[in-house]
Amino acid sequence: MMAPFEQSAGSPMPQLEGHSSTGRLERVLRAGHFVVTAELAPPDSALAQDVYERARMFDGYVDGMNATDGSGAHCHMSSVAMCALLTNVGYSPVLQISCRDKNRIAIQGDVLGAAAMGVSNILCLSGDGVQVGDHPEAKPVFDLDSMSLLETIRIMRDESRFLSGRPITSAPQVFLGAAENPSAPPIDFRPYRLAKKIAAGAQFIQTQYIFDIEQLREFMAKARDLGLLEQCFVIPGVGPLASARTALWIRNNVPGINIPDAIIKRLEGASDAKLEGRKICVELIQQIREIEGVSGVHVMAYRQEAAVGEIIQQSGVLAGRVPWYPGCDVQSSHA
Amino acid sequence: MYKIRQWSVTHSRKLDMVYRSFEPLLLRLHPLFKMLGYGRLEKPVRVMEKAIKGFMFDCQMCGKCALGSTGMSCPMNCPKSIRNGPCGGVRLDGNCEVKPEMRCVWVEAWRGSQQMRDSQAIHQVQIPVNNLLKGSSSWLRVVREEKATRESEVGR
Repeated sequence: MMAPFEQSAGSPMPQLEGHSSTGRLERVLRAGHFVVTAELAPPDSALAQDVYERARMFDGYVDGMNATDGSGAHCHMSSVAMCALLTNVGYSPVLQISCRDKNRIAIQGDVLGAAAMGVSNILCLSGDGVQVGDHPEAKPVFDLDSMSLLETIRIMRDESRFLSGRPITSAPQVFLGAAENPSAPPIDFRPYRLAKKIAAGAQFIQTQYIFDIEQLREFMAKARDLGLLEQCFVIPGVGPLASARTALWIRNNVPGINIPDAIIKRLEGASDAKLEGRKICVELIQQIREIEGVSGVHVMAYRQEAAVGEIIQQSGVLAGRVPWYPGCDVQSSHA
Repeated sequence: MYKIRQWSVTHSRKLDMVYRSFEPLLLRLHPLFKMLGYGRLEKPVRVMEKAIKGFMFDCQMCGKCALGSTGMSCPMNCPKSIRNGPCGGVRLDGNCEVKPEMRCVWVEAWRGSQQMRDSQAIHQVQIPVNNLLKGSSSWLRVVREEKATRESEVGR
C-alpha cells in the first residue's frame, strides 16, 4: 500500500529544467501565461473541511492560493497546516511566512516541513505589527525581516545548509516570492527595494492592493529600466471594495493602501456599491493586464471570496484557460 | 531623542564625514587597545558609545551598526526592527504604521542615504542581526575586524 501522500492528487510532478520547484505556479508563470492567484482566508477552526470549502470557491479560476500567516496579526489556522492540507489534494498553495511570530530556528524548521508536505511556493513577509491584531500584548519576534528571510530560504535551497552553516541533506525545492508595495512611501525607493529583494532571492512578487494604476505603471516602467522584469515575475494585487465606507475605512486605517478619490466617488454614486466595487476590480485587472511586464494578478477579496470566480471570468484574463483543480482531470487520469 | 535623531538624518552627510575621519583614528589606536586589552576596554567604550550614539541616533546598541548604509537613521528604531526596510505599511504621509506619530525610520533612511558619499550603500541586503553582539561596542568590533582583515591580507 502506498503512503497516503503518494496516492493523493498532490504527488509531485517532475521538476523541469531551470525551475526551482516542482510546483504548478512556477510552471504556469514560466510558460508565459497570465496567472491568477488568490488569497485564501484561514479559518478560525480546527476543521480541515473548512479549509477545503474555502479553497473550492476558487476552483477553475486560480493557479495558486496564498494561505495567509496570521494576517493583520490576528490568530487563525497556521499557514503551514493549511498548505499541507491543500497540497494533499493537489492544490498549489503559496505558503506565507511572516517574521512577526517566529525566529530563525522555527522558520527554517517550518520551511523543511512544508517542503516535505509538498509545498512548492513560499512568500516571504515581514508581517504586520502585533499592535494591529487581536493579541496586541504579544511579543513581536522579527528576528528576520522579509529580505533576510528570502536570503535564508535561498541559502537553504541553493546551498543545502541552514543559516548556521549546518548541512541539509535534502534541500527544499521552493519557488520564492516576496511582497512589494508600489503605493507606499518612499515611492522612488520602491523599485530599488524590488531589486534588493531579487538580489536576496525573490523570483516572484505579489503586491499590496493596487487602486492607483498610474502609480503601478510608473513602478513597472522603472523596474523595466532597472532590468528587473527579466529576473522576477510581478503579480499586482487587486480586490473588490464592498462600499465607499469600507474604502474610506481602509484608506484611513490600513496603512500602505492608496485608494484614489475617483474610486470612492464611483462607489458613493453607485446604486449597488458592492456590484460597482466588483466592476471596478474587473476594470483594474483589465488595465493591469495591459501593462508591459505584468505576469498576472493576485486577488485579495476579503469577505468576498465567493465573488472571485465571477470577477476573474468577467475580466477575461484567463483567455479560456482553466487552471487545474482537484477532480478536473479525473477523466484523463483514468484514461 | 526624536528631534535630535531627525537632525542627524538631515545632517547625514556631515556626520558621515566626521565618522570617516574618526574611524582611521580608531584604527591607529589599535596597538594601544591591544596593549590595554580589548576585553578590559569593552565596558568603558561601550558606555561612551552608548552615550554618544544614544543621544545622536537613539541607538539601541545592536552591536552591528548599520548607520553608514541607512542615512544615519537607526533601523533598530523601527518597531519591527526591519534591517532592510521600509515595509509595505508606511502611511501615505511617510509615518510609521505601528507608531503613527513617528516618521518611518526607513523613509528617513532613504532621505539621509541619498545625501551621503556612498549613496549606494542602502541597496546592499543587510544580514540578520547577530543577537550575541547585542549591547556590545560596534566601534571596537570594527577596529578588531578591520585590523584582522588587513593583517590577513598582508600575510597572504
